[in-house]
Amino acid sequence: MGHDEHESGDMNIRAIVLATFVAVVVGVVPGRDAEPAERIEVRIGTEGAYPPFNYTDEGGELKGFDIDIANALCEAMQVECKFVTSAWNSIIPGLLRKKYDAIIASMSITEQRKLIVDFTDKYYQTGGHFVAKKGSAVEISREGLRGKVIGTQRSTTHQEYLLDNFQDVATVKIYDTQEHVNLDLFSGRLDAALADTLVLLEWVKRDAPDFELVGQPISDPKWYGDGIGIAVRKEDTDLRDRFNKALAQILADGTYQKINYKYFPFNIY
Amino acid sequence: MDLAAITDNIPLYFKGLWVTIQLLVLALACGLVLAVPIAMWATSRNPLIASWPKAFIYFFTGTPLLVQMFILYYGMAQFEAIRESFLWPVFKEAYWCALIAFSLNTAGYTAEILRGAMKQTDFGELDAARSCGMSKGLIYRRIILPSAFRRALPAYGNEVIFMLHGTALAGIITIVDLFGAARIVNSRYFVPFESFVTAAFFYLCLTFLIVWGFKLWEKRWHAHLHPRDA
Repeated sequence: MGHDEHESGDMNIRAIVLATFVAVVVGVVPGRDAEPAERIEVRIGTEGAYPPFNYTDEGGELKGFDIDIANALCEAMQVECKFVTSAWNSIIPGLLRKKYDAIIASMSITEQRKLIVDFTDKYYQTGGHFVAKKGSAVEISREGLRGKVIGTQRSTTHQEYLLDNFQDVATVKIYDTQEHVNLDLFSGRLDAALADTLVLLEWVKRDAPDFELVGQPISDPKWYGDGIGIAVRKEDTDLRDRFNKALAQILADGTYQKINYKYFPFNIY
Repeated sequence: MDLAAITDNIPLYFKGLWVTIQLLVLALACGLVLAVPIAMWATSRNPLIASWPKAFIYFFTGTPLLVQMFILYYGMAQFEAIRESFLWPVFKEAYWCALIAFSLNTAGYTAEILRGAMKQTDFGELDAARSCGMSKGLIYRRIILPSAFRRALPAYGNEVIFMLHGTALAGIITIVDLFGAARIVNSRYFVPFESFVTAAFFYLCLTFLIVWGFKLWEKRWHAHLHPRDA
């Protein structure tokens, strides 16, 4: 993929010295880890804090729907997947700075994002939903939310939806992670929050039985775009096409469905 | 460069600037009011008495401000006893949590600066004051505190600037301060360079004003240290 083409000669010498040092210290014998056919490595950027799509388990391992899909795609593309985690609000800048080659992190395909990155076809489809404490009787409308405090995660489609539709009537609070939104729902600082329907379903089921989804699902394409896709740099059209081909392949051979039903009782494609 | 994203959001930046100034000024005022008695207390020769203010200073200078803020904002909200108490209206608001954390933090640093300055008071001055028959309170008011404030001024100027930098953490607990405004602009338009450089520019202006203010202040309080004009 040519990430290292602009390395200077000085850097190369340092790299050789470092490699020698590492080899001596770690005792790497040449050929020990040489595999028969070297697979190309594709670095996948993800957030790791967005269950059930991508999260870090107790052992520090990345798990979730996005991770399984990414592994399946890499398998279909015959490449080696390497995951790199990034904070959500710097995940696009990280892609542009080549910290990784693709983002598989439940990112909605929106017009605004399409200005700076390229997307594959969607790999699942979802929308937003409001959540509130059971029995709080919050009505989801501009009138019903007047004077209320509503929260959401930064740099998301939900943030845009809230700022565009409710900022003038309600207090919109923006958090760095969904976990912080959840904490403030628990504490009662938030009267309601807007987040992904599937994420909320999982959260209510697992951690928050006192909460419920309120109002109707929101999927207006003006804010929610055309589903969830994989983001790549604009110049990497080749990688994007390979992802699309792999996606079609895992949809056709049943791998996708297997992963889908591992996490959700219904089809999310 | 996408300057339209910045120019369209200049009102948001000014709103954030105002919140930053509020947080800074209020935190410094509360912090200073707390710091003076804590510093006096900490200079006590009785180690049992001095250990309490010293523990306060040690805690607030020895832990990151962000951690202190998270303890107040997310930590306190965990306890139902607090959520049901009269304190909740205060802890419920991110603004007050940030202000309390900033005040206590700067109180810790300022108390340490003052304590050091008070320790350096010249023995001769104290002897002279005592031999004039001044009471303990009067000695503090006329001798120890004024000269300690004078000595502490340059270090305190730095503390004010550090506190200004510290206020940027407010954005993390949903407050739209100057940095919070920049983060909103960044998250909506994906212009990290433009949005953060704009915030940096505003911070630099504030720092410039603070440095300039302290220069004037030092000129006044340290007039006796300057060579006399002929």
